[in-house]
Amino acid sequence: MSDTAAPLKLFAKKERVFPKRVWGTFRKIKWVAMVTLLGIYYLAPFLRWDRGEFAPDQAILIDMPARRAYFFFIEIWPQEVYYLTGILIVAAVSLFLVTSLFGRVWCGYACPQTVWTDLFVWVERIVQGDRAKRMKLHKSKWTFEKIWKMALTHSIWLVIGMLTGGAWVFYFNDAPTLLEQIIHLDVPMSVISWVIALTLSTYIMAGFAREQVCEYMCPYARFQSAMFDKDTLIISYDEDRGEKRGKHKKGESWEGRGHCIDCTACVQVCPVGIDIRDGLQMDCIACGLCIDACDDIMDKIDLPRGLIKYDTTTQLEKRREGIHEKLQIFRTRTFYYFGILAVVGSVILYGLLNRAETELHVLHDRNPLFVQLSDGTVRNGYDIKILNKTHADRHFTLSAAGIDGAKIRMQGAGKIEADDLTVFADSVGHFRLFLSAPKPAAKRHEIVFELRDTSGALVETYDSVFISEKP
Amino acid sequence: MRPEKKDIDELSGIETTGHSWDGIKELNTPSPRWWLIIFIVSCVWAVGYWFYYPAWPTLTGNGERGGTEGTAGWTQYKQLEEQQAEIVARKAAYQSRFDASDFSTIQNDEELYAFAIAGGKSAFKDNCATCHGTGGAGGPGYPNLNDDDWIWGGTIEDIQQTLQYGIRGNHDETRFNEMPAYADILDAEDIEAVADYVVAKAAGNALPERGAVVFEENCAACHGEDAKGLRELGGPNLADAIWLYADDRNAIVSQIRKPKHGIMPAWEGRLSPSTIRQLTIYVHSLGGGEK
Repeated sequence: MSDTAAPLKLFAKKERVFPKRVWGTFRKIKWVAMVTLLGIYYLAPFLRWDRGEFAPDQAILIDMPARRAYFFFIEIWPQEVYYLTGILIVAAVSLFLVTSLFGRVWCGYACPQTVWTDLFVWVERIVQGDRAKRMKLHKSKWTFEKIWKMALTHSIWLVIGMLTGGAWVFYFNDAPTLLEQIIHLDVPMSVISWVIALTLSTYIMAGFAREQVCEYMCPYARFQSAMFDKDTLIISYDEDRGEKRGKHKKGESWEGRGHCIDCTACVQVCPVGIDIRDGLQMDCIACGLCIDACDDIMDKIDLPRGLIKYDTTTQLEKRREGIHEKLQIFRTRTFYYFGILAVVGSVILYGLLNRAETELHVLHDRNPLFVQLSDGTVRNGYDIKILNKTHADRHFTLSAAGIDGAKIRMQGAGKIEADDLTVFADSVGHFRLFLSAPKPAAKRHEIVFELRDTSGALVETYDSVFISEKP
Repeated sequence: MRPEKKDIDELSGIETTGHSWDGIKELNTPSPRWWLIIFIVSCVWAVGYWFYYPAWPTLTGNGERGGTEGTAGWTQYKQLEEQQAEIVARKAAYQSRFDASDFSTIQNDEELYAFAIAGGKSAFKDNCATCHGTGGAGGPGYPNLNDDDWIWGGTIEDIQQTLQYGIRGNHDETRFNEMPAYADILDAEDIEAVADYVVAKAAGNALPERGAVVFEENCAACHGEDAKGLRELGGPNLADAIWLYADDRNAIVSQIRKPKHGIMPAWEGRLSPSTIRQLTIYVHSLGGGEK
C-alpha cells in the first residue's frame, strides 16, 4: 500500500435526517391518523363499562394483582391467554394483508414509532425552525441561542415522553383513581418505575433512534418485503416520465427531457432520508410525504401530478403498453390472507361466545397414591378446583361416578359438604376431597367427577382415577 | 509469536493481529473509546466494592465466618435476619390469634386453619418426613398417618400428646410399652399356631383352635380379647387390614419371637408449642383424624 492513498473507511457514520415541512393529501392523512391514534391511546382507559358490583367498571383494564384482563364485553383469566394469541394472529395477518395491498402503510401512518417520531419532529420544527435552520443549528457552535433551543426541544420531548408513559399505566390501574393519586403525588412505586422506563424509551426512540428503529431494529420491516408482489402499491418515481432529469428554467421546452427538475424536494421531506428516485428501498415506510412534496412542485411548474405516486409494478408495465390497469385487490395472496383472517376470527368469536363460566379441575394425590383403611376399603385423596367465572356467588354439588360403594368426604375448615360447595364470585374454590370405596378389581380404576349446580343440571365433568394398589 | 514489525492491512490501513488463517487476517481495531472508559470505570467501581461490602476472606474475624467487614455493614446473614423478621411480622397477625384459640376454633376458622396447615406442612417436611415420608404414608415400622388405624389414638389431643412426648421416647411423660420376646416364653409350635391365628383373624377366615388358646393366654392382655388392639396400652390392632411391620406369616412369626419396636422422639423443647399445634392439626387433616 502506498502511503499517499487515503485509507478506506469501513464504517459509515449515520447521517442525521432533517425532514422538511410538507403539506398535502398524505400529510393530512398522517395528521388525522396521529390525532386519532393518540386520542384513542390517551382516552381509552377512561371509558367505563358496567360489570356489576364485584368487578371493575373500566372498559379496558389489565388487572395484574387480580389476574384478570377486561376488554369491553370480554373478560379473560390468565389460563385463557390464548385469546391474546388469537388476537395477535389476527393482527399479524391483517398486517400481512394490508402490506400486500398497499405496501408498508402501517409503518408510514399507524406505527407508534412513526407517530411519536412525527410528533417529536413537529416539536423540533416549532422550536428550531424548518430543515435549513435545524441543519444550521446542528452544525453551529454552542451559542446561547443553540443552548436554549436545544434545551427547550429536549424538555418538551421529555414531557411528551412522560405523558406517554403516564398514559400507559392507566391501562393497568383504575384510571380515575390513579389520576387522583397522581394529582396528590401519592403513586405506587411500580407506577413510577413504569412511567420512568417508558418516558426514557419514548425519549430515546422518538428523539434519537427514529428511522434507525425501522431500518435496523424492527423485525416487521425485514419480513414485510416477503408480502410484496407485482400488485402491491409501492411509492414509486415514474422513471418513464421523469428521466432524463435536470434543472429547468421557466419557459424552456419539456421536449426531449424528463419532468423531474432535480429539485430534491422529495429527498428533503423524507423522514428516513432516502432518495425515492433510486427505486424501491428497504428503508421506505410508504408514508407518502415525497408524493405531497413532488405534487406541490408539479403544480408550480404546471405539469400533471403523479411523477411520484402509489403505484404497482403491474400498472407500470401496463402503462408502457398503453393500457390503464385497475388495482387488483383480490388475488391469490390476498385471498389466502382473507381466508386465514376469517378462520381465526371465527374461532376466536366462537371461543368467546362459548366461554365456559365454570370449570372443574381434579388432581389426584400422588403421595400417598392410595390409603388402605382398617375395614379393608381404600381411600384416595383429590385436590379439587372449581372456577367460578361469573360475577355471582354460586353453589355446587360434587359427586363421583363409575365406582361402586364410594363415599365422599370433604376435608377443610369447618363443615364442608360435597352437596353444597360454595364458590364466590369471580374466584377459584379450592377443596380437598377423600373418596373411599371397597377395593375395585382394577388397580387403576377410571372414575368421573361430576359437578352440578343447585338445579341439579350437570355443569362440568372431569375424568380422574381411583388407585387401589401399587402399580 | 510476535511479528518483528507491524503488519498493516492494505485496504484499511489498520494494523492486523499478525495471525493468518488460510490467508485471512484479522484487523486489530482498537476497542471503542466509550467502551474502554466504561470498562475502566467498572474496574475502579469494583475496587470500591472491596471496601463497601464484605469481600476478602480472612483467617479471623466475625464469629467463625471471618472475612473483611465492609463499611456498609451489610452481610447476607443480616439480610436473612431482616427477611425472616419480615416473615415473622407477617405471621404475627395470625400467630397471636392462633395461640389464643383452641383446636376446634382453629378447625372451624378458614384463615386459622389455612395458617395451621401451611405451617404444619412445612414443619412436617422438615422434621417428620424423614421417617413418616413426605406424604405421611410411613413404611414398614413407621406408622402411616393417613389411615384410620391409630396405635395410641387419633383424636386431636392424642396426636398432640404423641407429638409432645413421643413414644418410647426420651421425655418423662412419654408413653411406653414393650412386647416381650416370645422366643423365650413360648415354644416354636405355639408361636406358629398363634401366628396362624392372627393371619386367619385378619383375613376373616375360620380361626385355628390352638392358636386361639395361646392368644387368649398370652396376647389378649395387650391386643384385646378380639385382637382389635388396646389404645390405652398402645397394643396394635391385629384384626384389620393394616400392618405396621409386615403382613405375611413369616414376618408375623419373627415379630412374635423377637419383636421390633419403633421410637417416636419427643418434640417438646425441640419445636415451639405453636409449631407442635400446627403439626397436630396438619396430621389430623391427613384424613385419618378422629373426632
